Amino acid sequence: MKILASSLCLLLLLQVSVMGETLIVGPGKTYSSLRAAVAIADKGDTVLVLKGTYVSLNTIIDKEITVLGKGYPTLDAQQKEEVVTITANNVKLDGFIIRNSKSGDMRDFAGIRLHRVHNVTVSNNRLINTFFGIYLSDSKNIRVSGNTVKGSREAINSGNGIHSWKCSRVTISNNSISGHRDGIYFEFVNNSLIKGNTSANNHRYGLHFMFSDDDTYRNNTFKNNGSGVAVMYSKRITMLHNVFQENWGSSIYGLLLKDITSSQINGNRFVRNTTGVYMEGCENISVHQNDFSNNGWGLRVLANCVNSTFEKNNFKSNSFDVTTNGSLSLNRFKDNYWDKYEGYDLNKDGKGDIPYRPVSLYAQIIEQIPQSVMLMRSFIVSLLDKVERAIPSLTPESVKDEFPSMKQWTR
Amino acid sequence: MWKIAKYIIFDIIKSKVLIAYTALLALISVSIFMMDTDVTKGLVSISTVVMIIVPLVSVVFATTYIFNASEFTELLVSQPISRKDILLGKYVGIGASILGAFILGVCVPVSLFAFSVTALVLMLVGCLLSLSFVSLAFLAATMTSDKAKGIGLSLMIWFYCAIIFDGLVLLFLFSFNDYPLEKAMIILTSLNPVDLGRVMILLQLDISALMGYTGALYQKFFGSGYGMLFATVFQMVWITVPLLLALRIFKRKDL
Amino acid sequence: MDEIIEIRDLKKSFGKLEVLKGIDCKFRRGEVVSVLGPNASGKTTLIKSILGMVLPDAGELLFNGQPVTNTFEYKRHIGYMPQIGRYPENMKMGQIFDMMRDLRQEHAQDEDLLKTFKLESMFHKPMHTLSGGTRQKVSAALAFMFNPEVLILDEPSAGLDPLASEHLKEKIKEQSAKGKLVLFTSHIMSEVDEIAGSILYLFEGKVRFFKELDAIKSEAGEVRLGKALIKTLI
Repeated sequence: MKILASSLCLLLLLQVSVMGETLIVGPGKTYSSLRAAVAIADKGDTVLVLKGTYVSLNTIIDKEITVLGKGYPTLDAQQKEEVVTITANNVKLDGFIIRNSKSGDMRDFAGIRLHRVHNVTVSNNRLINTFFGIYLSDSKNIRVSGNTVKGSREAINSGNGIHSWKCSRVTISNNSISGHRDGIYFEFVNNSLIKGNTSANNHRYGLHFMFSDDDTYRNNTFKNNGSGVAVMYSKRITMLHNVFQENWGSSIYGLLLKDITSSQINGNRFVRNTTGVYMEGCENISVHQNDFSNNGWGLRVLANCVNSTFEKNNFKSNSFDVTTNGSLSLNRFKDNYWDKYEGYDLNKDGKGDIPYRPVSLYAQIIEQIPQSVMLMRSFIVSLLDKVERAIPSLTPESVKDEFPSMKQWTR
Repeated sequence: MWKIAKYIIFDIIKSKVLIAYTALLALISVSIFMMDTDVTKGLVSISTVVMIIVPLVSVVFATTYIFNASEFTELLVSQPISRKDILLGKYVGIGASILGAFILGVCVPVSLFAFSVTALVLMLVGCLLSLSFVSLAFLAATMTSDKAKGIGLSLMIWFYCAIIFDGLVLLFLFSFNDYPLEKAMIILTSLNPVDLGRVMILLQLDISALMGYTGALYQKFFGSGYGMLFATVFQMVWITVPLLLALRIFKRKDL
Repeated sequence: MDEIIEIRDLKKSFGKLEVLKGIDCKFRRGEVVSVLGPNASGKTTLIKSILGMVLPDAGELLFNGQPVTNTFEYKRHIGYMPQIGRYPENMKMGQIFDMMRDLRQEHAQDEDLLKTFKLESMFHKPMHTLSGGTRQKVSAALAFMFNPEVLILDEPSAGLDPLASEHLKEKIKEQSAKGKLVLFTSHIMSEVDEIAGSILYLFEGKVRFFKELDAIKSEAGEVRLGKALIKTLI
């Protein structure tokens, strides 16, 4: 085992040595700090930092080099500065503990900052107690993966975990972000992918997404964030197989969509949120094959949404499945499974024979008189709902699933 | 007191009504779980039953039993036993029997099919409701002197708590919509044992929705263990206060 | 001390209706007293007051010289046979006797009536299957079982068959001879005539008279109690 490991190491070193030299940073080695090694290194070199704690007051990596930490060396800014800034292309930064960046009102002090670069990889680092975690601006072809970004400051002194501004072709994968203001923040970021991340217990949004088009995020988990996830003012977003759970509170949504067009929300799970999905001013959205379970409100779709389809979703154990503030006649509900559906299927085609109206009268009442939440599940409320379903007069006639599925969709 | 309770339990467990009640509860619980594979949905259906049937049977059965046993009560009073022991003994006996029926009919199937925190809360609520409505039955029965009036009163108590009350609250909400009503709502809830039980179940099933409310009081009520504690304590009040009132009346009552 | 129960100025009303308007009387050991009076004269209320089922508005009840209103220990010395005995319906007769022993925490001291009425053979029967007469026998047996100093019997022979009724009368005489106080109500004059030593006659909530049976008869010059009473009351 040991022989294998050392021979692999040798191979790696050989490989590297072909491309350039390896500079070793460590106690008692040639270089006692990363800064010193970077100053000497040439394009194509590798800087290997051995285990230890190094003060790093904004070390700037301005050469096309690979910077590797061995045994997780610590770069500590002692809350005086940023920790590391990358200003050269083709840099790789891997395997560090990055901690204690400064907080500030004037500048966004970060753990790792990338500015005007391309083809940079930031991987497998652990960011602890930074103001902003990883900060990308004006960059292309960036890969941020396998990092742990853990903030520990109170809301007012927290920046974003992974912050991206004016970038394109960014891949953010398999990171874990917690304790920051927004877990992942996108503004003017196009053609990018957010995949396999876990963003939990952040002060504001798990994912905050604005003016960013043609992006995909999939297989992420957003859990117990202060305000859930917000996706706003964007086009052609694909959201697949994410999990949104336990985002609780007033105006806190599992997923908030505002002014989104031509996007897909497929195969996601919304579990135990105050509101699973909130849609405002959306157009051409397909909401298909998602699971909404144990939410206060499964879906809240405002009347200014048009031309969206809601198909083959499961609605289970939500206090309310769908609410709206008006008519949803320009949208379409079809083939969804509603656990509250009490209809029958005489022709055995798997579809209920009478349409299901997911907006209950009580949901309308609660909208006007929030205090009536205390009457939920009372006899009088179920009586009202039953009467309303039999003789609909107050609930929006338009919201109905013509062909409700009798059985839950299995995924 | 314990002896009287013991003999009353001996008597009631052979009562056909109580056996039928146990069987009915068990039938409802089991068939709900059989019909529906979704356990949470099953618990929701059972909680509806718990909110309506359990208070009804508890209050009517207890009132009827008290009146049917009035000659026996007279006989007990002619014995060297204090009235307090007689009444509390009867309460423990009747209460334990009704509770036993609920445990066999609901708690056992629920534990077997759907054991969870929600299920535990449901069981707790059912037990507390059984006891509080037996307590109310004692009050109804000691306040009235003939059987028809007593059963009428107990039916009215049930009808009021299980059905009318929430309607009145809704009406109240519609009428005073413009005022801050949070505190009023919590006070109103505590005025009805069925509502207290319902809120305890809400705190389990609908916490996601409940957390959507902005008011500080609701936040505190729903968000911490405070709401559950509040509801449990007031359920206890609904068990003890009617019973103590009944005891006060019974001590001075002419038989 | 010969007097076992003393009633002083006992008053009781139910709502506006004054039922007892100040009753004073003393009962002695060895006496057999029949409480008589027309309907609504207060007989049942008086008996229930002595048993603590009805709580008086005013006045005192003394048992062995001690005031006992609102207490219950003195009931240990009283055996009561109600007019209609109803028991937990699903219990067996044997269990009823066991229960009473258990509740009073006393051993049965006098089981004569169990034998005379042949109740032991029916111990396995649930109470709701028994006839009214059998239940009366159970009540009677219970009243005498703990050998109490006072026996209060409300219409004791109502519902009993003639033979059982005779047995019960014998039992009453026997107990009286042992120095027990027996208080009973009855509407059968011959029964009163046969076993009562004195008569407490209530009328509209007051004691009309409390006299020895012989005195009533001799004053009226009648041999039969019924006629003597009519003469006395006119």
